[in-house]
Amino acid sequence: MTTRIFSSGIRRREDPRLITGKAAYTDDVTLPGMAYAAILRSPHAHARINSIDTSAAAGMDGVLAVFTGDDINAEFNPVPCAWLVPNSDLKTPAHPPIASGVVRYQGDAVAVVVAECRYAAEDALELIDVDYEPLPVVIEPDKAMCDDAPQLHEDAPNNQAFHWVMTGGDVDAAFDDADVVVGERILHQRLIPNAMEPRSAVAQFTQATGELTLWSATQNPHIARFLTHVVTNLPEHKIRVIAPEVGGGFGSKIPYYADEVIAIFCAIKTGRPVKWTATRSEGYQSTIHGRDHVEDVELAADSDGNITGIRAKVWAGMGAYLSTAAPGIPTILHGLMYSGAYDIPNVKADVYGVFNNAVPVDAYRGAGRPEATFLVERLVDKLANELDVDPADVRRKNFIPAFEDGHDVATGLTYDSGDFAMSLDMATEKIGYQELREEQKRLRAEGKYIGIGITTYSEICGLGPSQVAGAVGFQGGLWEGAIVRFHPSGKVNVAIGSSPHGQGEETTFAQIISHELGVDVDDVNIMHGDTSQTPMGWGTYGSRTTAVSGAAVAIAARKIKDKATQIAAHLLEAAVEDIDYENGNFFVKGSPDQAKTIQDIALMANVAWDMPEGVEPGLEASTFYDPPNFTYPFGTHIAVVELDKDTGRIDVNRYLACDDCGPQINPMIVEGQIHGGVVQGIGPVLCEGAVYDEDGQLLTGSMLDYALPRADMFPEIETSSSVTPSPHHPLGVKGVGETGTIASTITVYNAVMDALKPFGVEKLDMPLTPEKVWRAIHANGKEN
Amino acid sequence: MQVETKISINGKDYEGEVEARTLLVHFIRDVGGLTGAKVGCDTSQCGACTVHVDGVAVKSCTMLAVQADGTSVTTIEGLADDGDLHPLQEAFWAKHGLQCGFCTPGMIMAAAKLLEANPSPSEEEVRHGLEGNFCRCTGYQNIVRAVTEAADAQKEGAE
Amino acid sequence: MYPANVAYHRASSVAEAVELLAENEDSKLLAGGHSLIPLMRLRLASPASLIDVGRIAEIQGISVCGDCVCVGALTTHSTLASSCDLQSACPIVPEAAALIGDPAVRNRGTIGGNLAHADPASDLPTVAVALGATIKATGPNGKRSICAGDFFQDLMTTALDDGEVMTAVCLPAIQAGQGMAYAKMLHPASRYAVVSAAAVVTVEDGRCAAASVAVGGVETAPAKASSVEAALTGNALDAGVIACASAAVADDLAGDAIDDVFASGEYRRAMAEVYVRRALTSAAERAG
Repeated sequence: MTTRIFSSGIRRREDPRLITGKAAYTDDVTLPGMAYAAILRSPHAHARINSIDTSAAAGMDGVLAVFTGDDINAEFNPVPCAWLVPNSDLKTPAHPPIASGVVRYQGDAVAVVVAECRYAAEDALELIDVDYEPLPVVIEPDKAMCDDAPQLHEDAPNNQAFHWVMTGGDVDAAFDDADVVVGERILHQRLIPNAMEPRSAVAQFTQATGELTLWSATQNPHIARFLTHVVTNLPEHKIRVIAPEVGGGFGSKIPYYADEVIAIFCAIKTGRPVKWTATRSEGYQSTIHGRDHVEDVELAADSDGNITGIRAKVWAGMGAYLSTAAPGIPTILHGLMYSGAYDIPNVKADVYGVFNNAVPVDAYRGAGRPEATFLVERLVDKLANELDVDPADVRRKNFIPAFEDGHDVATGLTYDSGDFAMSLDMATEKIGYQELREEQKRLRAEGKYIGIGITTYSEICGLGPSQVAGAVGFQGGLWEGAIVRFHPSGKVNVAIGSSPHGQGEETTFAQIISHELGVDVDDVNIMHGDTSQTPMGWGTYGSRTTAVSGAAVAIAARKIKDKATQIAAHLLEAAVEDIDYENGNFFVKGSPDQAKTIQDIALMANVAWDMPEGVEPGLEASTFYDPPNFTYPFGTHIAVVELDKDTGRIDVNRYLACDDCGPQINPMIVEGQIHGGVVQGIGPVLCEGAVYDEDGQLLTGSMLDYALPRADMFPEIETSSSVTPSPHHPLGVKGVGETGTIASTITVYNAVMDALKPFGVEKLDMPLTPEKVWRAIHANGKEN
Repeated sequence: MQVETKISINGKDYEGEVEARTLLVHFIRDVGGLTGAKVGCDTSQCGACTVHVDGVAVKSCTMLAVQADGTSVTTIEGLADDGDLHPLQEAFWAKHGLQCGFCTPGMIMAAAKLLEANPSPSEEEVRHGLEGNFCRCTGYQNIVRAVTEAADAQKEGAE
Repeated sequence: MYPANVAYHRASSVAEAVELLAENEDSKLLAGGHSLIPLMRLRLASPASLIDVGRIAEIQGISVCGDCVCVGALTTHSTLASSCDLQSACPIVPEAAALIGDPAVRNRGTIGGNLAHADPASDLPTVAVALGATIKATGPNGKRSICAGDFFQDLMTTALDDGEVMTAVCLPAIQAGQGMAYAKMLHPASRYAVVSAAAVVTVEDGRCAAASVAVGGVETAPAKASSVEAALTGNALDAGVIACASAAVADDLAGDAIDDVFASGEYRRAMAEVYVRRALTSAAERAG
C-alpha cells in the first residue's frame, strides 16, 4: 500500500502521454471545417492608421474573411485590465482587440485574415495595404514620464498609468539619521517569457445553441471564460474554455489577450472553427514581456551595519496597454516585499506605472518579487562593501529571528514562518563558504577572478486570501475549488479549478488524496483545465496551485473521510467516535482486523443500500478553499562565477539552492521546479533581454537574437532543503514554482559584482554580456 | 506549385500532392496527423520539431517536405518499440526530465542520436549534444540526468 | 512563419542544375536549406523557384589526393566534423565544423551552402580564407576555380555568378611542421561567430616559416590578417611573439566593423586580437 506516498518522489502520471508525443496542445487540436487566422501586426511602434485596404487580401483564393478594428470594435468590448490597484490614480485606457485609428506598439493587431490554410492566411496578410503615419515613440519608462515625451493615451496624461506609494515606519527619519546610505539605479530589462509552446487559440461557435468553446493555451481557463464574457457579451454559462495540454506559461499565459478575442470573433463571423497560433517571432511582439523597471533604490544603516530603512522610486513600464494583471505586479507583488528576510523598520516604495510604446508587460515568473529581492539583496551587498564586512555577516546581523507562527514586517505583511539564519548557515556550510573566500583570494593573486554571490530571500506566494485580493484591487477571488468523487469501484476522480501546465499536480494531488484517504495513487485521477468539468478556480500562477488548490484537495478529502467514518460506524454498528482510521481502513477502536476499507465504503455510499439515518448517498465532497494568509517560502542561494578577463565572459561555476517550501509532497518535482526557476533567473543576468531601438523596433525579434539559456551554459545546480511548515496551511506546504527565479537573478548578479570588485566596478546593467563586462573592467584601469 | 511527395513516417507511407513550400514538420503534423513534433520557433533554434530522416536527426521546420520525398521519417510516436518505451522515454520519465512536455519529443529524438553516436557521454558531452534543443522548464539538469541514465540502461541492455 | 509560394525543381546532375538555373528566373539553389529556408520562413527571401541540388551524387563526399583534399559542395557539417580523412589532412575544418549551429543543423547544412551564403558571422568562410581554399564552380560557360580570398566579396555576396553551381571546395592538406586552429566566440542566441579566427602556421627549425590568419565576424567578409602574418614570420612562436603579432590585427581590420545589439564594432575589433591569439597559440602548439 501507499503509506509513504506523501514526500515520495514518485514518477509523474502526466509523463506517459508527453514522452510518446500523444499529448494534445492547443495547436494540436483539429476540428472538422477548421479555418486558420493570421493577424497583421503593426510594423510601427506608434502610428496613426490613415487607411486600410483589405480588398486584395479578401479577394485571394482560399481567404474566407478579413476583419479590421472597425469590424470587431463595433461589436466587442475592449480587452480589460483586471487588477485595478486602488489609491493609485489608475488610468485604464481602452485596449481594443484590433487597433482602431492608432497603433501603439510594434505588434499591435491591425487586421486579421481567415483562410482555409495557414500558408494562405499568411500570404493574404501581404496583400493588406495599410497607410501609416508614424508618430513619435518612447520606450524607456523613466523617459516616458518626462515633460516632452510622446503621449500614448489621451486619458493618461504624462503616460502615467498609476502612482502607488507604500510606506511603513518613518523612512525619511531613518535616512536623515543614517550613518551609512548606499544606493543604486537598477534597471530590470524587458524579458521575453518564451514558454516553449507558442500561444494558440481555437474558437468554435455554435450558432444554433449560442455556445462558444475556446481551446486556449492559458494558465487560468476560468478567468478566461469570465473575461470572454466581459469582452464578447456572450453569457458566461454558454462559454466553455478548455486549456488542453499547455506548454509552459511562466506568467505569459495568465493574461487574456486580444488574439483570443480575435479568434472568437472570426469563428462567430465565419461560422467555422478558427485556429490562431503564434509563430515564435510573432509571440515576441504579442505575448507579454516581463520586468521593465527603472529603479532608484537606497538603503540606510547605522555604522554597525544594522539596516534602518529601504526606499525606492520605481518607474515600471506597462507597455502600450494595461495587461490583465499588470498594475498589481510592480506594486502589491513588489513593493510589499521590500523587507526581504530582514528586520527593517522603515520602508517606502514609490512606484509609477508608465505607458511606453512596447509590448504590454505582465507577470513573468516571480512577477515583482525577483525585482524586490534584487533590490534588497543588492543593497545589502553594497552595505557590506561600504562597511568592508563579509556579505554573509551583514545578513546574519539583520535577519528576522526564527518564527513559527507569524511575523509582521513594516510593509504590512505577516510572514507565516521562517528561519533565515538557519538557511544561511546551511547554505554556507554546504558550499564551503569560507574555503571559497580563501580560494578567491588565492586565485586573485594568480590573476584569476571568481566571484561569490549570496542571497537570502523570503517571498510571498500561495496567492492568496480573496478578501486581500479585493482590497488590493484584483478583480477576482484567489480561492480554489476542488471536487473529490469516489466511484462505486473505489476509484477517485478529483476535479480542480486550477490549471497546471507542467508543474505536476496530476501527480502531487493524487499523492495528497492517497495520503489522506489511503487509496492507491494510481486509483486517483486529477481533472483540470476544462471549465465545463471543473469547479471554479482562479488558476495556476503565483506559486499558488499546491498552496491553495492543494489545500482544497486535502480539505475535500478530509470531508470524505468524515462521511466515510459515519458510514463505517453504521456498518460496524459502532458510534462514530469509536471509529479509528488508518491507511484507508476504518475500524472500531481496537479491532483493526474487522475494518471497512474506503473502497467498501465507496461502494456502499454509491449503491446506498444501507446508509446511516440522514446521510445522503454518494461519496463526494467539494471544497472552496480561501487561504487565511499568503505563504512565505524562503531560502539561501549561493553562486560562484568566473570571469574571463580577456573577453568579459562570465561562467557560472557552481550554484547552490537551499530552499524551504515547507513539507514536500514530491521532492523530485520540487527539485525540478527549483532547477528550472534558477536557470530562468540566471538567463537575464547573463544573456536575456528584449532590446528596442529608439523607434520602437524590437531588435531581439526572434530566437536568433534573444538569447535563451541552453544546456551547455550551466553546471549542475546543487540543491538542498529545510522544512519549516506554514502554520496556516492544512498540509503545511508553501509553494516552490518561483523561488528559484526570485533568488537566482540577484545571486548571480552579486557574484559577478564580487568578481569585478578588484576592477572597481560597482554597477552594470543586465544582461551582463561579455562586452559590457569587458568595457567595465577596462574602463577603470584598476585591474590588479 | 504542387509536388507529389511520398514520405514513410514511422513505417507507414504518406503520399500526396503538397505545395513545394510545405515544411516537413507541417507534412508530418497535417498530412501524417502526427502531432508529436512541435513547432516552437521560426529560426531553427529550439529543436522542438526534431525528427529522424533516414536515421539522421533534423529540425523538421527547416526542411521542405519535398526534400524528404522518398525518405523514411521517425517521429517520437514511432520511437517506442511495439509499445515498449525507448530507454530514453523511460529515463525521461524516471528522472523527471520534463515538465510541460512541449520540448520533450524533440529533446528525446535529439538525445537518441546523441547516444547512438556516443553511447557513454559525459555530462558535459550531453549538455553540448543538446545545445540545439531549448527547454524552459527543467533548467536542463534532469534532462541531462535522464540521458545519462538512458545511456547506462542501454549499455546494461546490450550486455 | 510560413514560406511564400515557390516552384520546385529537382536537379539530378550539375549540368541539369545549371540548365534549370538558366531557365528559371529568380531561382535559388537549395542544398541543405539551412541558410535559405529560415530566410524564406521569415519571408526575407521569396524566390520564384528552388532548384534542389541536394541529391546530386557527383558533388558529395570527401577525397584526398596528394596535397589536396577535395570536399564536395554537398558535404554536411556533421560529415566534415567527423571525417577521419579531414581530421588527418585538414584538421581545422572538422574543428570549425563542430562549432556550427547545433547537431541537427550540422546534419543538414552543407559546406557549399554555407560558403555560398557568405554570412560574415559564419565559420567556414573564415577557415577557407585562412587555408587558401579553392572553390570550384560550374556554370553555363563551363568550370572555373575561385580562390577563397577572392570569393567572399561583401555581406552575403560572393564571386559566384547567378548561373553557377558550386561543386567542390579544395583544401590544401596539412604539411609537416604545420599547425592549424580555429577559435570562436559564440553568439549565445544564433550560435554564429561574434568573432572568430582561423590560423595556419608552419614551423621550421623552431621558427615560423609561414603563417596564414583570417578573422571572421568583424567585417562584412572574412579578413586576411596579413599584418599578423608578417609579425609572425621568421620568429619563434612563443607567447610574447604571438601576443605582439595578434595585436597587429588592428591594422588588418581597418574597414567598418559589424555593430549590433550584442557586440559593437569596437568590441569585435578588440576580440579579434584575443581570438587570433587563441587560435595562434593552439596552432603553434599543434605545429609542435
